[in-house]
Amino acid sequence: MSSIGTGYDLSVTTFSPDGRVFQIEYAAKAVDNSGTVVGIKCKDGIVLGVEKLITSKMMLPGSNRRIHAVHRHSGMAVAGLAADGRQIVARAKSEATNYESVYGEPIPVKELAERVASYVHLCTLYWWLRPFGSGVILGGYDRDGPQLYMVEPSGVSYRYFGAAIGKGRQAAKTEIEKLKLSEMTCRQGVIEVAKIIYGVHDEAKDKAFELEMSWVCDESNRQHQKVPDDILEEAKAAAKAALEEMDAD
Amino acid sequence: MDVSAGDLNAPHSMGTTIIGVTYDGGVVLGADSRTSTGMYVANRASDKITKLTDNVYMCRSGSAADSQIVSDYVRYFLHQHTIQLGQPSTVKVAANLVRLLSYNNKNMLQTGLIIGGWDKYEGGKIYGIPLGGTILEQPFAIGGSGSSYLYGFFDQAWKEGMTQEEAEQLVVKAVSLAIARDGASGGVVRTVTINSEGVTRKFYPGDKLSLWHEELEPQNSLLDILSTGSPEPMVS
Repeated sequence: MSSIGTGYDLSVTTFSPDGRVFQIEYAAKAVDNSGTVVGIKCKDGIVLGVEKLITSKMMLPGSNRRIHAVHRHSGMAVAGLAADGRQIVARAKSEATNYESVYGEPIPVKELAERVASYVHLCTLYWWLRPFGSGVILGGYDRDGPQLYMVEPSGVSYRYFGAAIGKGRQAAKTEIEKLKLSEMTCRQGVIEVAKIIYGVHDEAKDKAFELEMSWVCDESNRQHQKVPDDILEEAKAAAKAALEEMDAD
Repeated sequence: MDVSAGDLNAPHSMGTTIIGVTYDGGVVLGADSRTSTGMYVANRASDKITKLTDNVYMCRSGSAADSQIVSDYVRYFLHQHTIQLGQPSTVKVAANLVRLLSYNNKNMLQTGLIIGGWDKYEGGKIYGIPLGGTILEQPFAIGGSGSSYLYGFFDQAWKEGMTQEEAEQLVVKAVSLAIARDGASGGVVRTVTINSEGVTRKFYPGDKLSLWHEELEPQNSLLDILSTGSPEPMVS
């Protein structure tokens, strides 16, 4: 569904006759072509998962992290251009610490999402800036419970109970919709996210990938952290088993 | 509460008594109503309990100008914060904003403040912010020149988990005791009670307060109470 924006797509400050800003749409394509990123809100927390495509066999496992801690209580998983994503994370961290030093309490996730979205949007307003080529899924746990937000390169931000961006997002979203998230704990959620990511990974087109996961839940004491290794391994094993089951049909 | 004008020997005291007390379900803030400029009472019915938001109030002591300007700034910041958040600010946030102003401007300000309020996360809370800009969350807080006379009283009379009635009576009694002993405190007692249901202001006129040790009943003339045992002058 690619339309040619001839002439109207050269600058982010130009609208097309049918009311579109093509540069922003092209930025979104950068996100669409990246490894899948999934986030779900379970009843006791958030789980984030990333399909980290490995471009070189010489890369050290665990490097080039795609999930970043923004604050004690929140984390962000990045899709699209990695360097752009790093900027967004840096801004989010800065907003979070600044809020806390002024207001004396951890930044509410809703406020953080609004500030990040506002910043991303800012970069779509000037001709001398280009839009961010990355989208983020922000998960956090504050006084109002666990919350999940997604910020797109256009600067739009919505609150979700399940979100996915990147290559396998359509398939991932279908899988997420099947889950009964309100009854699920994060322990179970971790396994489900792993299954989804393994499931949407395209063996033919992409070679290897590394599964990166993090959570913020009651079990992690409402702190954002990498999913502990033993649970991660358990999830990977379950995901691989589920794949084999599917293949065996 | 203003520092004495022209009287170089007058003590630099915070002419006030202010109190904040938590109880089971909310907080009670209390204050006297005397604003003094040296020995002159500039305002004998002032309101030292100022609203910051619908659910957070602040007791002011020290320089009247300084405490008013701080409350104005904080009210403005909190208003913006409430709009951004989409819900009422918490007492903690209000207190933090006050202490940032107090601390960062400590060289210019002279004001001791007590913040009290109710929010849905923590319930009733009291924060004391004395002169230098320290912030301390306390079950009760006292401040102003009159508070010197109340430390022992609260040590004995304060208890955890009071009812609203008990807390209000404690506050009125305490302010009244301080007024009796502190020359820079006087007038009426004002209280503000804040809980989940909202805010209630109460007023206790000075002549309706109980009399303490050695305090005289209001008289028309002191001659009426002079002891009859003294010798009559000029009896032939």
